[in-house]
This record gives sequence, structure tokens and C-alpha cells, in this order.
Amino acid sequence: MTGALRIEGLEKSFVLHTQGGVRLPVLAGLDLEVEPGECVALHGPSGVGKSTVLRCVHGNYRADAGRILVRHREGVMNMVTAHPREVLAVRRETIGHVSQFLRVIPRVSAADVVAETLRDRGTDRESADDAARSILHRLNIPPELQQLAPATFSGGEQQRVNLARVLVAHYPVLLLDEPTASLDRENREVVIDLIREAAGRGAAILGIFHDAAVRDAVATRVVAMDTGREAA
Amino acid sequence: MACDDRPLLSARGLTRYYGRILGCRDVNFDIWPGEVLGIVGESGSGKTTVLKCISARLEPSAGTVTYDTRTEGPVDIHRISEPARRLLMRTDWGFVHQDPRDGLRMAVSAGANIGERLMAVGARHYGQIRETATNWLGKVEMDTGRMDDLPCTFSGGMQQRLQIARNLVTAPRIVFMDEPTGGLDVSVQARLLDLLRGLVSDLGLAAVVVTHDLAVTRLLSHRLLVMRHGTVVETGLTDQVLDDPQHPYTQLLVSSVLHP
Repeated sequence: MTGALRIEGLEKSFVLHTQGGVRLPVLAGLDLEVEPGECVALHGPSGVGKSTVLRCVHGNYRADAGRILVRHREGVMNMVTAHPREVLAVRRETIGHVSQFLRVIPRVSAADVVAETLRDRGTDRESADDAARSILHRLNIPPELQQLAPATFSGGEQQRVNLARVLVAHYPVLLLDEPTASLDRENREVVIDLIREAAGRGAAILGIFHDAAVRDAVATRVVAMDTGREAA
Repeated sequence: MACDDRPLLSARGLTRYYGRILGCRDVNFDIWPGEVLGIVGESGSGKTTVLKCISARLEPSAGTVTYDTRTEGPVDIHRISEPARRLLMRTDWGFVHQDPRDGLRMAVSAGANIGERLMAVGARHYGQIRETATNWLGKVEMDTGRMDDLPCTFSGGMQQRLQIARNLVTAPRIVFMDEPTGGLDVSVQARLLDLLRGLVSDLGLAAVVVTHDLAVTRLLSHRLLVMRHGTVVETGLTDQVLDDPQHPYTQLLVSSVLHP
């Protein structure tokens, strides 16, 4: 494997036991490799399984079959079979995932939510706080807002905090699920710059970008998905 | 946190019957240092039985609970001598009860509740004990001016924070918690959760948290055991179990919650 991330024969379906055991097949053998410095956009209609791919890579969803290989520390980790503790280590050090919604923690300020990413990676409190302030500032979250818990923030503000908490660390692999969905144009431009900078540092990026302008600006390759199978 | 180190605590084949009634059967898991394990399930699923068995409060009918002690390495906590077990309970372990009145001594002051645990591990210097107690009241966000008041004059949330301070003052390596936010109103719950999150990560504590509240477990625990009818039906990373539950019972549990 030359890439930072390699997906082989990924299969995923959901069995809804509470709804008569109906089985929803979503992914039926996806293959994909992302090289460092590449930004691959998953493209296709709603419900085709784009977010499911990202969630499987992050270990949030359990794959039914296939392998998800991630270059981690000096070796390669298969996220499909990794022990939960190994998945947590990969999430701490290697894979950053910007999900569609910020899961807010009561009472924790935006600045602390962002700094926590770095503190978990062993950065001292002061440097973590500085880095948090700086990226929140770039994403136009003013200082007075940084000290508040994001529960009361607008959708766009929450999304920027969500981006900041991941982009504050320089993860080798980035998963971006609609990172600009609720942003205005000014902030969209900031996010485009941040994504390009990450790619410039050599991050392997796998993302979903509904906004064609954003996709054109950041993607180095587009992978079309339909009915659960990679088409191109 | 290396992946090749030893678990702090391991349960193997843990089984407990109350006469002919099943408490829990063939429960297996490991907890590593610094890890928070959540145990969820409905009332009567056996989660408190498991918690009591792994904290030596209840003897299992079968199976072993191995704890990696600081001095002698791994021991079976149900096979060691009673004094050795008592010492572990006083020093290495904390136990936070759902009802703080079960974990506090209501007839002595807040300061004495904290100081007592310290004295049990050999602290004798009054000034130092008082200073440490004051320090801990601050850490659990309590007014240190209430140091000499009796716990019965405190609100439920304050009593729970006092119970946590009493447990953590001896720098335990693992804390067992039974519905720690159970009897508290929602705003107090959020504050306590945030406090617990911070303490667990700052102190590198391992913890086992029994709860029926999935939101609590999502915030606090790294991994999850889902129990039903005395057995473990699903295990995994907390967000994976809650976002992509596999077992029919876990799916029912997750889909029954308003905001998991």
C-alpha cells in the first residue's frame, strides 16, 4: 500500500431489528485508495452511502466485510478488525473526522472543546489553548464566543467549532462530511484554504462536498458512487 | 496508552446467582488504565451485580476477577485475604453510590468525610489533612466555607460531589460508579458529568460506570457493555455501539431514547 488510506472490498448493510428485521444494503464492495496530499471527493445522490464510508473508516460504523487500512504510527492498522483501544489511538493520532453535526458537551467552552484535541495528543495546556484560539479566530469565532459552550451557537458557528476541533491538529488522514454545508461565503473560503493547507502538508483527505464550488476548489479526484457500489 | 500493556482489571466467566435467580452469567471484559467502561441495560439486567462482583462487594458464584496491584501484580480479588482486600478498597479503589448517603457518613462534617479516607491510609497530620480536604472541595467545585458543615445540610448534587471527593482523595486507580447522576436534576447532572469527565482524564483514572442513561455513557465512557437478562449482548466503542448497534436489544434501547 502506497496510500495513507486504502479501502478494499468494503461491505456494509444495516439490519433494523426493531422494524421487522429489514436489511438495508448500503456498500457492496467499495475499493478506494487515498494518497498523502490527495483530496478525494465522494460524489453521488443522498442515501448512496457516502457518510457511511467515512463512518466505517472512523470506526464509528462496523464494516461487514473488507479491509480499511490506515497508515498509523510505523505500521498499518486495519480499522475493521482493530481492537477498540487501537481505534481510539488511531482517532487520537491519525484520523480526524469532521462529522456533519457537533455533538456538544454541556458546559465545556468552544475554546476547550478545540484545545482538548491537542491535549489528548499530549500537547501542554498553554500551547493547546493558543492553537485553539488561533484557529477559532481564523474561522471567525470571536473571543467572547470562544469562552461559551457551543450549545447555544448557530448552526454555522457550531460547524466552524466542529471544523476547528479537528483541523487544529495536523492529522495525516482527514474525513470531511459536508464541512461547508451551513457556512456563508466568507467562511466557506476560509475552510477551502484550511483544506488546501492540510493537503499541502501531506494529509490524505476523503470528503463529501455537496457544494460544487467547494468540490472544484479542493478535490484532486472525484469518486462517483451509486446504489452502493463505486462506479468510477 | 500502549496497546501491549496489561489490563488493570479483568473479569472472566463472571457468574452470580441469588439462590435460583440469575444475577449475571459468563461476563468477560478487561479494563485498561485510564479507560472508562460503561455498563448499560434496563433495571434487573445484572449491571449492578457485575459492578459489585468486580469491586469485591459481592462474591461471584463462578468466575474470576483479576486486579493488577501496584506491589504484587495481578491477583484474584476474591481469593486474597480479607485484610488485603480491605486495603485495596481503601486505597486503590473508589466506589460512588447512586445515593450519596450510602457513601458518606452523614453524622460527620464534609471535611471529615474526606479526611477520614486519608486517615485510613495513614495520614495523621491534622493541618495537612485539612489542607488536602479543602483542596478537594475546590476540585469538586464546592464552597470551601462549607467544610465544617454536615452533609445533611447539602443539596443532592453537593452530596454527590462530596462523595466523589471522598473517593478520589486517596488517588485510587479505578473508581466504580453506580448511576452516579441518577437522582439529580438535569442541570446538576450536566455539571457533575463535566466534572467527572475532567477528573477522569486529568487523573488518568480507570472507571466503570453503571447507568441506564445512554447520554451519560456517551459523554463519559470509551467502551460499552450492553447487558440484558444477566448476560452481555453487545460490546464495543461507545459511539459505535450507540450509532451502529448490532444486537436487537441494543437497537431497541437506542431507538427508545429521545436524545441519546
